[in-house]
Amino acid sequence: MLNKALTDLLTKMADDELILGHRNSEWTGLGPVMEEDIAFSSMAQDKIGHAWALYNTLEEKQLITQSADMFAFCRPENEFKCSHLVELPNAGYDFSLMRHFLFDHAEAVRYESLQDSSFEPLRNLSKKVKGELKYHTLHANAWVLQLSKGGEESYDRMQTALNEIIGLAAGIFEPSKDYEDILIAEKVYPGEKALYTRWLESIYPVLVKASLNLPDVAALTPGYGGRQGKHTSYLAPLLKEMGEVFNLDVDASW
Amino acid sequence: MYGGGYIFEEPNNKQLREEKVHDEPEKLAAFEERIARGEKIEPGDWMPTEYRRQLIRLIEQHAHSEIIGALPEGTWITRAPGFKRKLALIAKVQDEIGHGQLLYNAAETLGKTREEMINDLLSGKSKYSNVFNYPAKTWADVTVIGFLIDAAAIVNQVANSKGSYGPYCRALERICYEESFHLKQGHDAFIELATGTPAQKEMLQDALNRWWKPIMHFFGPPDKTSQHSEKLMEWKVKMASNDDMRNQFLDTYVPKIWELGLTLPDPALHKNEETGRWEYSDPDWDEFFRVINGGGPCNQERLQVRKWAEEHGRWVRKALMNPADKHALPVA
Repeated sequence: MLNKALTDLLTKMADDELILGHRNSEWTGLGPVMEEDIAFSSMAQDKIGHAWALYNTLEEKQLITQSADMFAFCRPENEFKCSHLVELPNAGYDFSLMRHFLFDHAEAVRYESLQDSSFEPLRNLSKKVKGELKYHTLHANAWVLQLSKGGEESYDRMQTALNEIIGLAAGIFEPSKDYEDILIAEKVYPGEKALYTRWLESIYPVLVKASLNLPDVAALTPGYGGRQGKHTSYLAPLLKEMGEVFNLDVDASW
Repeated sequence: MYGGGYIFEEPNNKQLREEKVHDEPEKLAAFEERIARGEKIEPGDWMPTEYRRQLIRLIEQHAHSEIIGALPEGTWITRAPGFKRKLALIAKVQDEIGHGQLLYNAAETLGKTREEMINDLLSGKSKYSNVFNYPAKTWADVTVIGFLIDAAAIVNQVANSKGSYGPYCRALERICYEESFHLKQGHDAFIELATGTPAQKEMLQDALNRWWKPIMHFFGPPDKTSQHSEKLMEWKVKMASNDDMRNQFLDTYVPKIWELGLTLPDPALHKNEETGRWEYSDPDWDEFFRVINGGGPCNQERLQVRKWAEEHGRWVRKALMNPADKHALPVA
Protein backbone atom coordinates (compact mmCIF):
# COMPACT_ATOMS: atom_id res chain seq x y z
CA MET A 1 0.00 0.00 0.00
CA LEU A 2 2.79 2.41 0.88
CA ASN A 3 4.45 1.66 -2.43
CA LYS A 4 1.30 2.55 -4.30
CA ALA A 5 0.98 5.74 -2.31
CA LEU A 6 4.59 6.67 -3.00
CA THR A 7 4.12 5.98 -6.70
CA ASP A 8 1.08 8.22 -6.71
CA LEU A 9 2.89 11.05 -4.94
CA LEU A 10 6.04 10.92 -7.03
CA THR A 11 4.08 10.57 -10.26
CA LYS A 12 1.88 13.58 -9.66
CA MET A 13 4.85 15.71 -8.61
CA ALA A 14 6.88 14.62 -11.63
CA ASP A 15 4.00 15.04 -14.07
CA ASP A 16 3.38 18.58 -12.84
CA GLU A 17 7.02 19.45 -13.32
CA LEU A 18 7.35 17.80 -16.70
CA ILE A 19 4.26 19.45 -18.15
CA LEU A 20 4.97 22.89 -16.75
CA GLY A 21 8.61 22.57 -17.80
CA HIS A 22 7.36 21.73 -21.26
CA ARG A 23 5.10 24.79 -21.27
CA ASN A 24 7.86 27.06 -19.94
CA SER A 25 10.22 25.79 -22.61
CA GLU A 26 7.78 27.05 -25.22
CA TRP A 27 8.87 30.58 -24.29
CA THR A 28 12.37 29.94 -25.62
CA GLY A 29 12.81 32.51 -28.37
CA LEU A 30 9.51 34.28 -27.75
CA GLY A 31 9.82 36.13 -24.46
CA PRO A 32 8.88 39.79 -24.01
CA VAL A 33 12.53 40.58 -23.39
CA MET A 34 15.46 38.34 -24.16
CA GLU A 35 16.33 38.03 -20.50
CA GLU A 36 12.94 36.43 -19.86
CA ASP A 37 13.37 33.95 -22.69
CA ILE A 38 16.51 32.88 -20.97
CA ALA A 39 14.94 32.79 -17.51
CA PHE A 40 11.92 30.73 -18.56
CA SER A 41 14.01 28.34 -20.52
CA SER A 42 16.42 27.95 -17.62
CA MET A 43 13.56 27.23 -15.22
CA ALA A 44 12.11 24.81 -17.75
CA GLN A 45 15.33 22.85 -17.62
CA ASP A 46 15.20 22.74 -13.83
CA LYS A 47 11.60 21.55 -13.84
CA ILE A 48 12.16 18.88 -16.44
CA GLY A 49 15.29 17.88 -14.54
CA HIS A 50 13.26 17.47 -11.33
CA ALA A 51 10.69 15.39 -13.21
CA TRP A 52 13.43 13.19 -14.62
CA ALA A 53 14.91 12.68 -11.14
CA LEU A 54 11.50 11.67 -9.77
CA TYR A 55 10.79 9.26 -12.63
CA ASN A 56 14.27 7.80 -12.18
CA THR A 57 13.49 7.25 -8.51
CA LEU A 58 10.31 5.43 -9.48
CA GLU A 59 12.34 3.28 -11.85
CA GLU A 60 15.20 2.59 -9.41
CA LYS A 61 12.85 1.70 -6.58
CA GLN A 62 10.96 -0.57 -9.00
CA LEU A 63 7.75 1.33 -8.38
CA ILE A 64 7.22 1.36 -12.15
CA THR A 65 8.22 -1.26 -14.69
CA GLN A 66 9.13 1.05 -17.58
CA SER A 67 12.17 3.26 -18.05
CA ALA A 68 11.83 6.92 -17.09
CA ASP A 69 11.72 7.88 -20.79
CA MET A 70 9.01 5.36 -21.61
CA PHE A 71 7.00 6.36 -18.57
CA ALA A 72 7.13 10.05 -19.48
CA PHE A 73 6.90 9.91 -23.27
CA CYS A 74 4.58 6.95 -23.89
CA ARG A 75 2.03 6.89 -21.07
CA PRO A 76 -1.62 7.29 -22.02
CA GLU A 77 -3.23 10.57 -21.05
CA ASN A 78 -5.53 9.12 -18.37
CA GLU A 79 -2.52 7.77 -16.49
CA PHE A 80 -1.02 11.24 -16.15
CA LYS A 81 -1.62 12.83 -12.76
CA CYS A 82 -0.68 16.45 -13.41
CA SER A 83 -2.89 19.28 -12.24
CA HIS A 84 -5.00 21.29 -14.68
CA LEU A 85 -2.96 24.41 -13.95
CA VAL A 86 0.12 23.13 -15.76
CA GLU A 87 -1.77 21.83 -18.77
CA LEU A 88 -3.12 25.14 -20.01
CA PRO A 89 -1.37 26.77 -22.96
CA ASN A 90 0.96 29.67 -22.20
CA ALA A 91 -1.44 32.32 -23.45
CA GLY A 92 0.33 35.60 -22.68
CA TYR A 93 3.27 36.42 -20.50
CA ASP A 94 0.87 37.67 -17.78
CA PHE A 95 -0.75 34.23 -17.52
CA SER A 96 2.57 32.41 -17.70
CA LEU A 97 4.20 34.62 -15.10
CA MET A 98 1.31 34.29 -12.64
CA ARG A 99 1.24 30.53 -13.14
CA HIS A 100 4.99 30.42 -12.54
CA PHE A 101 4.56 32.48 -9.35
CA LEU A 102 1.75 30.36 -7.94
CA PHE A 103 3.22 27.03 -8.97
CA ASP A 104 6.75 27.71 -7.80
CA HIS A 105 5.62 28.81 -4.38
CA ALA A 106 3.61 25.59 -4.19
CA GLU A 107 6.65 23.61 -5.24
CA ALA A 108 8.86 25.43 -2.76
CA VAL A 109 6.63 24.63 0.23
CA ARG A 110 6.31 21.03 -0.95
CA TYR A 111 10.05 20.45 -1.23
CA GLU A 112 10.61 22.34 2.00
CA SER A 113 8.34 19.83 3.73
CA LEU A 114 10.18 16.93 2.09
CA GLN A 115 13.39 17.84 3.90
CA ASP A 116 11.94 15.80 6.76
CA SER A 117 10.48 13.01 4.65
CA SER A 118 10.84 9.44 5.83
CA PHE A 119 11.40 8.45 2.17
CA GLU A 120 15.10 8.95 1.65
CA PRO A 121 15.15 9.63 -2.13
CA LEU A 122 12.67 12.49 -1.68
CA ARG A 123 14.64 13.84 1.25
CA ASN A 124 17.83 13.84 -0.81
CA LEU A 125 16.19 15.35 -3.88
CA SER A 126 14.58 18.09 -1.82
CA LYS A 127 17.99 19.32 -0.68
CA LYS A 128 19.15 19.82 -4.25
CA VAL A 129 15.88 21.23 -5.53
CA LYS A 130 15.49 23.69 -2.66
CA GLY A 131 18.48 25.69 -3.84
CA GLU A 132 17.07 25.96 -7.36
CA LEU A 133 13.58 26.87 -6.22
CA LYS A 134 14.95 29.72 -4.18
CA TYR A 135 15.88 31.39 -7.46
CA HIS A 136 12.61 30.49 -9.14
CA THR A 137 10.55 32.13 -6.42
CA LEU A 138 12.92 35.12 -6.29
CA HIS A 139 12.42 35.53 -10.01
CA ALA A 140 8.65 35.16 -9.79
CA ASN A 141 8.34 37.57 -6.86
CA ALA A 142 10.51 40.20 -8.52
CA TRP A 143 8.51 40.14 -11.74
CA VAL A 144 5.10 40.05 -10.09
CA LEU A 145 6.12 43.05 -8.00
CA GLN A 146 7.66 44.94 -10.89
CA LEU A 147 4.74 44.42 -13.25
CA SER A 148 2.16 45.19 -10.60
CA LYS A 149 3.83 48.53 -10.11
CA GLY A 150 4.50 49.26 -13.75
CA GLY A 151 1.37 51.18 -14.67
CA GLU A 152 -2.34 50.64 -15.06
CA GLU A 153 -2.36 48.13 -17.91
CA SER A 154 0.31 45.99 -16.37
CA TYR A 155 -1.32 46.04 -12.92
CA ASP A 156 -4.69 45.07 -14.42
CA ARG A 157 -3.13 42.21 -16.30
CA MET A 158 -1.52 40.87 -13.15
CA GLN A 159 -4.75 41.10 -11.14
CA THR A 160 -6.79 39.53 -13.95
CA ALA A 161 -4.31 36.70 -14.30
CA LEU A 162 -4.38 36.09 -10.56
CA ASN A 163 -8.19 36.00 -10.52
CA GLU A 164 -8.26 33.59 -13.44
CA ILE A 165 -5.62 31.20 -12.19
CA ILE A 166 -5.98 31.07 -8.43
CA GLY A 167 -8.65 28.36 -8.53
CA LEU A 168 -6.61 26.26 -10.90
CA ALA A 169 -3.58 26.73 -8.68
CA ALA A 170 -5.57 25.53 -5.68
CA GLY A 171 -6.04 22.37 -7.73
CA ILE A 172 -2.37 21.55 -7.17
CA PHE A 173 -3.42 20.54 -3.66
CA GLU A 174 -6.10 18.07 -4.67
CA PRO A 175 -5.84 15.37 -2.00
CA SER A 176 -5.35 11.76 -3.01
CA LYS A 177 -8.30 10.05 -1.36
CA ASP A 178 -6.73 6.62 -1.20
CA TYR A 179 -3.18 7.50 -0.28
CA GLU A 180 -3.15 10.70 1.71
CA ASP A 181 -3.58 9.11 5.14
CA ILE A 182 -0.85 6.53 4.78
CA LEU A 183 1.66 9.07 3.43
CA ILE A 184 0.99 11.34 6.40
CA ALA A 185 1.06 8.47 8.88
CA GLU A 186 4.35 7.20 7.47
CA LYS A 187 5.75 10.74 7.59
CA VAL A 188 6.49 10.82 3.87
CA TYR A 189 5.01 14.31 3.65
CA PRO A 190 2.52 16.41 5.63
CA GLY A 191 -0.40 16.03 3.20
CA GLU A 192 -2.03 18.38 0.71
CA LYS A 193 -4.18 20.28 3.17
CA ALA A 194 -1.18 21.34 5.24
CA LEU A 195 0.76 22.31 2.14
CA TYR A 196 -2.18 24.36 0.86
CA THR A 197 -2.16 26.43 4.06
CA ARG A 198 1.60 26.93 3.89
CA TRP A 199 1.30 27.94 0.26
CA LEU A 200 -1.25 30.64 1.03
CA GLU A 201 1.07 31.93 3.76
CA SER A 202 3.89 31.99 1.25
CA ILE A 203 2.14 33.88 -1.57
CA TYR A 204 0.13 36.28 0.54
CA PRO A 205 2.92 38.69 1.64
CA VAL A 206 4.15 39.02 -1.96
CA LEU A 207 0.66 39.78 -3.23
CA VAL A 208 0.19 42.39 -0.51
CA LYS A 209 3.49 44.01 -1.44
CA ALA A 210 2.39 44.02 -5.07
CA SER A 211 -0.97 45.56 -4.09
CA LEU A 212 -2.74 42.61 -5.66
CA ASN A 213 -5.98 41.34 -4.15
CA LEU A 214 -6.12 37.69 -3.32
CA PRO A 215 -9.63 36.52 -4.23
CA ASP A 216 -11.68 34.95 -1.46
CA VAL A 217 -10.10 31.51 -1.27
CA ALA A 218 -13.02 30.06 0.69
CA ALA A 219 -15.25 30.74 -2.31
CA LEU A 220 -12.92 29.21 -4.90
CA THR A 221 -13.72 26.16 -6.95
CA PRO A 222 -10.37 24.38 -7.04
CA GLY A 223 -9.35 22.86 -10.37
CA TYR A 224 -9.53 19.27 -9.24
CA GLY A 225 -9.52 16.16 -11.40
CA GLY A 226 -5.97 16.01 -12.72
CA ARG A 227 -4.74 13.79 -9.89
CA GLN A 228 -7.47 11.27 -10.83
CA GLY A 229 -6.42 11.21 -14.48
CA LYS A 230 -9.18 13.55 -15.66
CA HIS A 231 -7.63 16.30 -17.71
CA THR A 232 -8.37 19.43 -19.71
CA SER A 233 -8.54 19.15 -23.48
CA TYR A 234 -5.05 20.68 -23.66
CA LEU A 235 -3.12 17.73 -22.26
CA ALA A 236 -3.72 15.18 -25.02
CA PRO A 237 -2.27 17.33 -27.86
CA LEU A 238 0.67 18.31 -25.65
CA LEU A 239 1.48 14.65 -24.97
CA LYS A 240 1.12 13.77 -28.62
CA GLU A 241 3.57 16.48 -29.54
CA MET A 242 5.99 15.57 -26.77
CA GLY A 243 6.11 11.93 -27.84
CA GLU A 244 6.01 12.57 -31.59
CA VAL A 245 9.62 11.66 -32.34
CA PHE A 246 10.15 9.19 -29.50
CA ASN A 247 7.11 7.18 -30.58
CA LEU A 248 8.35 6.81 -34.15
CA ASP A 249 10.33 3.94 -32.71
CA VAL A 250 10.27 3.43 -28.96
CA ASP A 251 12.93 0.73 -29.16
CA ALA A 252 15.39 2.92 -31.04
CA SER A 253 18.02 4.98 -29.31
CA TRP A 254 17.59 8.69 -29.96
CA MET B 1 25.95 29.15 -33.34
CA TYR B 2 25.08 31.17 -35.23
CA GLY B 3 27.22 33.85 -36.73
CA GLY B 4 26.73 33.74 -40.42
CA GLY B 5 30.05 33.72 -42.18
CA TYR B 6 28.78 36.37 -44.50
CA ILE B 7 28.28 40.04 -43.72
CA PHE B 8 25.37 41.12 -45.83
CA GLU B 9 25.51 44.39 -47.68
CA GLU B 10 22.79 46.83 -46.81
CA PRO B 11 20.01 46.99 -49.37
CA ASN B 12 21.40 50.16 -50.91
CA ASN B 13 24.87 48.64 -50.91
CA LYS B 14 27.18 51.34 -49.72
CA GLN B 15 30.83 50.87 -50.45
CA LEU B 16 33.45 51.92 -47.97
CA ARG B 17 33.49 55.65 -48.05
CA GLU B 18 37.10 56.53 -48.49
CA GLU B 19 36.50 60.24 -47.93
CA LYS B 20 35.38 59.44 -44.38
CA VAL B 21 38.38 57.25 -43.88
CA HIS B 22 40.63 60.15 -44.66
CA ASP B 23 38.71 62.62 -42.52
CA GLU B 24 41.37 62.78 -39.89
CA PRO B 25 44.51 61.32 -41.39
CA GLU B 26 46.66 61.53 -38.27
CA LYS B 27 44.15 59.83 -36.04
CA LEU B 28 43.46 57.28 -38.70
CA ALA B 29 47.14 56.46 -39.05
CA ALA B 30 47.49 56.02 -35.28
CA PHE B 31 44.35 53.85 -35.27
CA GLU B 32 45.64 51.63 -38.03
CA GLU B 33 49.00 51.29 -36.34
CA ARG B 34 47.30 50.11 -33.17
CA ILE B 35 45.43 47.46 -35.10
CA ALA B 36 48.55 46.39 -36.94
CA ARG B 37 50.27 45.97 -33.56
CA GLY B 38 47.44 43.65 -32.54
CA GLU B 39 45.89 46.04 -30.00
CA LYS B 40 42.19 45.90 -29.31
CA ILE B 41 40.00 48.93 -29.94
CA GLU B 42 37.74 49.78 -27.00
CA PRO B 43 34.43 51.67 -26.98
CA GLY B 44 35.85 55.01 -25.80
CA ASP B 45 38.70 55.00 -28.32
CA TRP B 46 38.74 57.08 -31.48
CA MET B 47 37.68 55.07 -34.49
CA PRO B 48 36.82 55.94 -38.09
CA THR B 49 33.13 56.37 -38.74
CA GLU B 50 33.23 53.65 -41.31
CA TYR B 51 34.84 51.20 -38.89
CA ARG B 52 32.06 51.88 -36.41
CA ARG B 53 29.38 51.52 -39.07
CA GLN B 54 30.75 48.26 -40.42
CA LEU B 55 31.17 46.79 -36.95
CA ILE B 56 27.64 47.67 -35.93
CA ARG B 57 26.41 45.98 -39.08
CA LEU B 58 28.51 42.88 -38.47
CA ILE B 59 27.70 42.46 -34.78
CA GLU B 60 24.05 43.31 -35.24
CA GLN B 61 23.65 40.71 -37.98
CA HIS B 62 25.40 38.21 -35.79
CA ALA B 63 23.05 38.99 -32.88
CA HIS B 64 19.98 38.71 -35.11
CA SER B 65 21.26 35.38 -36.38
CA GLU B 66 21.36 34.10 -32.82
CA ILE B 67 17.80 34.99 -31.96
CA ILE B 68 16.34 34.03 -35.34
CA GLY B 69 18.51 30.94 -35.37
CA ALA B 70 16.87 29.85 -32.13
CA LEU B 71 13.55 29.47 -33.95
CA PRO B 72 14.02 26.47 -36.28
CA GLU B 73 15.55 24.40 -33.46
CA GLY B 74 13.24 25.91 -30.88
CA THR B 75 10.23 24.36 -32.57
CA TRP B 76 11.71 20.94 -31.77
CA ILE B 77 12.19 21.51 -28.04
CA THR B 78 8.65 20.29 -27.39
CA ARG B 79 9.22 17.21 -29.55
CA ALA B 80 12.76 16.21 -28.60
CA PRO B 81 12.86 12.45 -28.01
CA GLY B 82 13.63 11.59 -24.40
CA PHE B 83 14.87 13.52 -21.39
CA LYS B 84 18.49 13.70 -22.43
CA ARG B 85 17.78 15.30 -25.81
CA LYS B 86 15.01 17.52 -24.48
CA LEU B 87 17.18 19.02 -21.77
CA ALA B 88 20.20 19.40 -24.05
CA LEU B 89 18.15 21.15 -26.72
CA ILE B 90 16.51 23.61 -24.33
CA ALA B 91 19.91 24.42 -22.84
CA LYS B 92 21.41 24.86 -26.27
CA VAL B 93 18.73 27.14 -27.65
CA GLN B 94 18.79 29.10 -24.41
CA ASP B 95 22.52 29.62 -24.91
CA GLU B 96 21.86 30.98 -28.38
CA ILE B 97 19.46 33.58 -27.03
CA GLY B 98 22.11 34.38 -24.44
CA HIS B 99 24.61 34.88 -27.25
CA GLY B 100 22.17 37.26 -28.89
CA GLN B 101 22.03 39.21 -25.67
CA LEU B 102 25.84 39.35 -25.39
CA LEU B 103 26.15 40.49 -28.97
CA TYR B 104 23.46 43.17 -28.74
CA ASN B 105 25.32 44.44 -25.70
CA ALA B 106 28.58 44.49 -27.66
CA ALA B 107 26.92 46.35 -30.54
CA GLU B 108 25.37 48.85 -28.13
CA THR B 109 28.86 49.95 -27.09
CA LEU B 110 29.13 51.37 -30.60
CA GLY B 111 26.09 53.59 -30.18
CA LYS B 112 23.08 51.70 -31.54
CA THR B 113 20.47 50.56 -29.03
CA ARG B 114 19.01 47.06 -28.86
CA GLU B 115 15.59 48.49 -29.71
CA GLU B 116 16.93 50.16 -32.85
CA MET B 117 18.57 46.93 -33.89
CA ILE B 118 15.43 44.86 -33.29
CA ASN B 119 13.37 47.42 -35.19
CA ASP B 120 15.73 47.16 -38.13
CA LEU B 121 15.46 43.39 -38.01
CA LEU B 122 11.68 43.50 -38.07
CA SER B 123 11.53 46.07 -40.85
CA GLY B 124 13.84 43.93 -42.96
CA LYS B 125 16.56 46.58 -43.06
CA SER B 126 18.97 44.46 -41.12
CA LYS B 127 19.71 40.88 -42.15
CA TYR B 128 20.54 37.64 -40.40
CA SER B 129 22.21 34.44 -41.50
CA ASN B 130 20.49 33.10 -44.58
CA VAL B 131 20.63 29.54 -43.36
CA PHE B 132 17.75 30.18 -40.93
CA ASN B 133 15.35 30.88 -43.75
CA TYR B 134 15.13 27.14 -44.31
CA PRO B 135 12.76 24.88 -42.38
CA ALA B 136 13.70 22.22 -39.83
CA LYS B 137 11.34 19.50 -41.02
CA THR B 138 12.33 16.51 -38.92
CA TRP B 139 14.30 15.66 -35.80
CA ALA B 140 17.23 14.82 -38.05
CA ASP B 141 17.31 18.45 -39.17
CA VAL B 142 17.95 19.43 -35.57
CA THR B 143 20.97 17.16 -35.46
CA VAL B 144 22.28 18.51 -38.78
CA ILE B 145 21.90 22.08 -37.53
CA GLY B 146 23.43 21.24 -34.16
CA PHE B 147 26.40 19.52 -35.71
CA LEU B 148 27.14 21.18 -39.03
CA ILE B 149 25.70 24.68 -38.81
CA ASP B 150 27.23 25.10 -35.39
CA ALA B 151 30.50 23.77 -36.72
CA ALA B 152 30.43 26.24 -39.60
CA ALA B 153 29.61 29.08 -37.22
CA ILE B 154 32.51 28.12 -35.00
CA VAL B 155 34.91 28.40 -37.95
CA ASN B 156 33.67 31.94 -38.50
CA GLN B 157 33.46 32.94 -34.87
CA VAL B 158 36.89 31.68 -33.91
CA ALA B 159 38.26 33.79 -36.78
CA ASN B 160 36.27 36.85 -35.70
CA SER B 161 37.29 36.48 -32.07
CA LYS B 162 40.79 37.49 -33.16
CA GLY B 163 39.47 40.72 -34.65
CA SER B 164 40.20 44.23 -33.52
CA TYR B 165 37.15 45.33 -31.53
CA GLY B 166 37.54 44.41 -27.85
CA PRO B 167 33.91 44.00 -26.75
CA TYR B 168 33.06 41.82 -29.78
CA CYS B 169 36.14 39.65 -29.30
CA ARG B 170 35.39 39.10 -25.63
CA ALA B 171 31.77 38.18 -26.37
CA LEU B 172 32.97 35.77 -29.04
CA GLU B 173 35.46 34.08 -26.76
CA ARG B 174 32.68 33.19 -24.37
CA ILE B 175 30.37 32.24 -27.22
CA CYS B 176 32.97 29.92 -28.77
CA TYR B 177 33.47 28.23 -25.43
CA GLU B 178 29.76 27.41 -25.24
CA GLU B 179 29.58 26.55 -28.92
CA SER B 180 32.13 23.82 -28.48
CA PHE B 181 29.62 22.08 -26.18
CA HIS B 182 26.86 22.61 -28.72
CA LEU B 183 28.97 21.02 -31.37
CA LYS B 184 29.52 18.00 -29.12
CA GLN B 185 25.83 17.55 -28.42
CA GLY B 186 24.99 18.08 -32.11
CA HIS B 187 27.62 15.56 -33.14
CA ASP B 188 26.38 13.08 -30.56
CA ALA B 189 22.75 13.33 -31.72
CA PHE B 190 23.90 13.16 -35.37
CA ILE B 191 25.93 9.98 -34.75
CA GLU B 192 23.03 8.44 -32.85
CA LEU B 193 20.91 8.66 -36.01
CA ALA B 194 23.75 7.76 -38.38
CA THR B 195 24.36 4.54 -36.46
CA GLY B 196 20.71 3.88 -35.66
CA THR B 197 17.88 2.03 -37.35
CA PRO B 198 17.44 2.12 -41.15
CA ALA B 199 14.60 4.63 -40.71
CA GLN B 200 16.79 6.88 -38.57
CA LYS B 201 19.60 6.74 -41.12
CA GLU B 202 17.19 7.54 -43.90
CA MET B 203 15.83 10.48 -41.96
CA LEU B 204 19.33 11.81 -41.43
CA GLN B 205 20.38 11.36 -45.05
CA ASP B 206 17.28 13.21 -46.18
CA ALA B 207 18.03 16.09 -43.81
CA LEU B 208 21.64 16.22 -44.93
CA ASN B 209 20.58 16.35 -48.59
CA ARG B 210 18.24 19.26 -47.92
CA TRP B 211 20.69 21.20 -45.76
CA TRP B 212 23.76 20.81 -47.92
CA LYS B 213 23.01 23.76 -50.18
CA PRO B 214 22.32 26.20 -47.32
CA ILE B 215 25.48 24.94 -45.63
CA MET B 216 27.52 25.63 -48.75
CA HIS B 217 25.96 29.09 -48.85
CA PHE B 218 26.77 29.72 -45.21
CA PHE B 219 30.10 31.46 -45.70
CA GLY B 220 28.85 33.65 -48.52
CA PRO B 221 29.58 33.89 -52.25
CA PRO B 222 32.96 32.93 -53.71
CA ASP B 223 35.77 35.42 -53.16
CA LYS B 224 36.03 36.10 -56.87
CA THR B 225 32.48 37.46 -56.97
CA SER B 226 31.99 38.97 -53.55
CA GLN B 227 32.76 42.60 -52.95
CA HIS B 228 35.88 41.99 -51.07
CA SER B 229 37.06 44.76 -48.85
CA GLU B 230 40.73 44.92 -48.13
CA LYS B 231 40.05 47.75 -45.77
CA LEU B 232 37.81 45.52 -43.63
CA MET B 233 40.54 42.90 -43.54
CA GLU B 234 43.18 45.49 -42.68
CA TRP B 235 41.00 46.82 -39.87
CA LYS B 236 40.47 43.26 -38.68
CA VAL B 237 36.71 43.50 -38.99
CA LYS B 238 36.62 40.68 -41.49
CA MET B 239 39.16 38.07 -40.50
CA ALA B 240 39.08 35.46 -43.23
CA SER B 241 37.79 35.20 -46.77
CA ASN B 242 34.57 33.34 -47.56
CA ASP B 243 36.34 30.68 -49.59
CA ASP B 244 39.04 30.11 -46.97
CA MET B 245 36.48 29.59 -44.23
CA ARG B 246 34.39 27.29 -46.43
CA ASN B 247 37.46 25.29 -47.30
CA GLN B 248 38.44 24.95 -43.66
CA PHE B 249 34.94 23.74 -42.83
CA LEU B 250 34.85 21.19 -45.66
CA ASP B 251 38.29 19.95 -44.78
CA THR B 252 37.29 19.17 -41.21
CA TYR B 253 33.72 17.97 -41.59
CA VAL B 254 33.24 16.28 -44.96
CA PRO B 255 35.49 13.35 -43.94
CA LYS B 256 33.51 13.00 -40.70
CA ILE B 257 30.26 12.80 -42.66
CA TRP B 258 31.63 10.29 -45.15
CA GLU B 259 33.11 8.16 -42.38
CA LEU B 260 29.60 7.59 -41.06
CA GLY B 261 28.53 6.11 -44.41
CA LEU B 262 26.48 9.15 -45.35
CA THR B 263 26.61 10.82 -48.73
CA LEU B 264 26.54 14.45 -49.78
CA PRO B 265 24.39 15.54 -52.72
CA ASP B 266 27.26 16.84 -54.84
CA PRO B 267 29.07 14.27 -56.97
CA ALA B 268 31.77 16.79 -57.78
CA LEU B 269 32.72 17.35 -54.14
CA HIS B 270 36.31 16.28 -53.58
CA LYS B 271 39.59 17.52 -52.25
CA ASN B 272 42.20 18.47 -54.80
CA GLU B 273 45.26 16.99 -53.15
CA GLU B 274 47.61 19.18 -55.18
CA THR B 275 46.12 22.47 -54.14
CA GLY B 276 44.76 21.26 -50.80
CA ARG B 277 41.48 22.96 -51.69
CA TRP B 278 38.05 21.40 -51.87
CA GLU B 279 36.24 21.56 -55.18
CA TYR B 280 32.50 21.40 -55.63
CA SER B 281 29.64 22.14 -57.99
CA ASP B 282 28.15 25.57 -58.09
CA PRO B 283 25.76 25.58 -55.11
CA ASP B 284 23.27 27.82 -56.91
CA TRP B 285 24.25 31.30 -55.85
CA ASP B 286 21.12 32.67 -57.54
CA GLU B 287 19.10 30.92 -54.89
CA PHE B 288 21.33 32.40 -52.21
CA PHE B 289 20.57 35.93 -53.39
CA ARG B 290 16.90 35.11 -53.86
CA VAL B 291 16.66 33.94 -50.25
CA ILE B 292 18.55 36.98 -48.93
CA ASN B 293 16.03 39.17 -50.65
CA GLY B 294 13.10 37.55 -48.92
CA GLY B 295 12.41 34.66 -51.29
CA GLY B 296 13.38 31.80 -49.00
CA PRO B 297 10.94 29.22 -47.68
CA CYS B 298 10.81 30.67 -44.16
CA ASN B 299 11.73 34.37 -44.38
CA GLN B 300 8.19 35.53 -43.71
CA GLU B 301 7.55 33.03 -40.97
CA ARG B 302 10.74 33.87 -39.06
CA LEU B 303 10.01 37.57 -39.00
CA GLN B 304 6.37 37.00 -38.14
CA VAL B 305 7.36 35.00 -35.08
CA ARG B 306 9.72 37.78 -33.97
CA LYS B 307 6.97 40.33 -34.58
CA TRP B 308 4.59 38.27 -32.48
CA ALA B 309 7.13 38.26 -29.66
CA GLU B 310 7.69 41.99 -29.97
CA GLU B 311 4.00 42.84 -30.06
CA HIS B 312 2.95 40.53 -27.26
CA GLY B 313 5.83 41.64 -25.07
CA ARG B 314 5.29 45.35 -25.57
CA TRP B 315 3.20 45.85 -22.44
CA VAL B 316 5.92 44.18 -20.38
CA ARG B 317 8.64 46.43 -21.74
CA LYS B 318 6.41 49.45 -21.27
CA ALA B 319 5.82 48.48 -17.65
CA LEU B 320 9.56 48.09 -17.09
CA MET B 321 10.22 51.54 -18.52
CA ASN B 322 7.76 53.20 -16.14
CA PRO B 323 8.78 52.14 -12.68
CA ALA B 324 7.65 55.49 -11.28
CA ASP B 325 4.15 55.05 -12.62
CA LYS B 326 2.93 53.20 -9.57
CA HIS B 327 -0.59 51.98 -9.24
CA ALA B 328 -2.52 53.41 -6.33
CA LEU B 329 -3.02 51.06 -3.42
CA PRO B 330 -6.31 49.23 -3.72
CA VAL B 331 -8.86 49.88 -1.04
CA ALA B 332 -9.34 46.30 0.05
